[in-house]
Amino acid sequence: MTQLRTSAATGTNVADGRAAANGWARLLLGLIIPAAVLAAWQLSTAAGVFSVVQLPPPAMVLEAAADLLQRGQLGQHIAISTQRALIGFAAGAALGLVFGALVGLSRFADALLAPTIGALRAVPSLAWVPLLILWMRIGEDSKITLILIGAFFPVFTTVSLALRHVDRNLVEAARAFGLRGVRLLTTVQLPAVVPAVFSGLRLALAQAWLFLVAAELIASSMGLGFLLTDSQNNGRTDRLLLAIVLLAVIGKITDALLGLAEKWAVKRWA
Amino acid sequence: MTAVLSPSAPEPSLDSRAGSATRTPALPVAFRGLRRTFGTGAGAHNVLRDVDFEIRAGEVLAILGTSGCGKSTLLRAAAGLDSPTAGSVDIDGTPVQGIDSRCAFAFQEPRLLPWHTLQANIAIGLPTGISARDGKAKVARLLDLVGLTDFAKHRPREISGGMAQRASLARALARNPGVLLLDEPFGALDALTRIRMQDLLLDIHRAEPTTVLLVTHDVDEALQLADRIIVLGKDASAGAGASAAGATIVRTVAVPGERPRDRGSVDLARLRASLLATLGVDGH
Repeated sequence: MTQLRTSAATGTNVADGRAAANGWARLLLGLIIPAAVLAAWQLSTAAGVFSVVQLPPPAMVLEAAADLLQRGQLGQHIAISTQRALIGFAAGAALGLVFGALVGLSRFADALLAPTIGALRAVPSLAWVPLLILWMRIGEDSKITLILIGAFFPVFTTVSLALRHVDRNLVEAARAFGLRGVRLLTTVQLPAVVPAVFSGLRLALAQAWLFLVAAELIASSMGLGFLLTDSQNNGRTDRLLLAIVLLAVIGKITDALLGLAEKWAVKRWA
Repeated sequence: MTAVLSPSAPEPSLDSRAGSATRTPALPVAFRGLRRTFGTGAGAHNVLRDVDFEIRAGEVLAILGTSGCGKSTLLRAAAGLDSPTAGSVDIDGTPVQGIDSRCAFAFQEPRLLPWHTLQANIAIGLPTGISARDGKAKVARLLDLVGLTDFAKHRPREISGGMAQRASLARALARNPGVLLLDEPFGALDALTRIRMQDLLLDIHRAEPTTVLLVTHDVDEALQLADRIIVLGKDASAGAGASAAGATIVRTVAVPGERPRDRGSVDLARLRASLLATLGVDGH
């Protein structure tokens, strides 16, 4: 039997080292354009191409940040926005997982639910705003519900489609060995869709931030979306830019965290 | 372990007590008037018809045929993965209805779960109701039998195709199958690995002498492994309508000689040429 043990597992250490170097190179490459944009911003404002109201220099935006921070408002805006986005995301993603699994696994649930959910998806989500405000008043509930709607559909769609396209060969092999029902689900179908679930979650997170700003723009007294409208009304372009930069940075950070979880999960399950 | 691997291992009923406690005896299989039609109405076409054959318990039967002749359909019917349009497959006298726990199937592709270790993949084949301790011991014994003990904790993507196919074979054996169904299990492997796998299958059959149905398109493989060979094909004597009528058994051959057989034997060479002629290939 020993002569059968000829082929060896591939060496992964070299590959790991190369991947790490690659990671740093990627990070640097990714920073080139933000740095160039910052430089162009600084140069154009210094050269007086734009008026201060149109485009304040980067330093003024930093000052605005320091000022808001001192008044204790910046932390509050960031905290409330992040909280809304994450609660809405979590609730929407959880519902998306449940309904996506139902529709993806059961023909009955597919026939029963898919047309309705498809029709609801076809409604541009901002169309819900007046109704939500009418039903839930202006408050946390209506905002979080809107974000929930935004986060639900990407997860629902990716999960239901992925479950329907689980490798038939694997499912058949598992069935041939007597796996059925819940055991088949937990042994084959769910692990098979883990990568798809994570891409759905990342789309949903991006949607959550999108809908957060929509919700806060329309009616709120706190949060980054409120900071945007408030600054627009007061002609504070520096704060307006600050809010945009913060949304970009926080959105990217949450996405990167989810990306890390995705990397782990894909390595574990695929 | 040595007792199990030893070539001089006695009959299964006399084998070591620990092994026989979790072992199912080899079972006879009979195809009775089997017909399989795909599609309905005008689009319907027969794939198999009038397949009548009995396989003795513990026998190794090779099913030969050109591709698309219904070899796999026949095997899938035995596993209960596919149901015949007419007729039945009887295992030990009772017909197969739905997925049958007396059979274990090894597919042409390994079909291992990529997120499980080889060990966990093999454990999927274990029969229901086996205790955790017995299951673990059984998996360890099978890993040893197929020479994968050192790779027990590896994932399928970390091993070669031949190793994956061995794991797939071990998973099928974990079931203590009365009938082992192999659907071109070595078809996708390179020539050298294939010969090794054939030798391994002979070792396994000696250690666990179950009934084996092996679908293959490789005449040499059939000659090397089987007690008997059946050839599936269109029956020319059936006349003009034969091509629409589906494949049936056109020839049955008992392979002479004890296994392992000499791959260069003159008798086998003559039989090979004759079988290739039956399959419509010039055996020169």
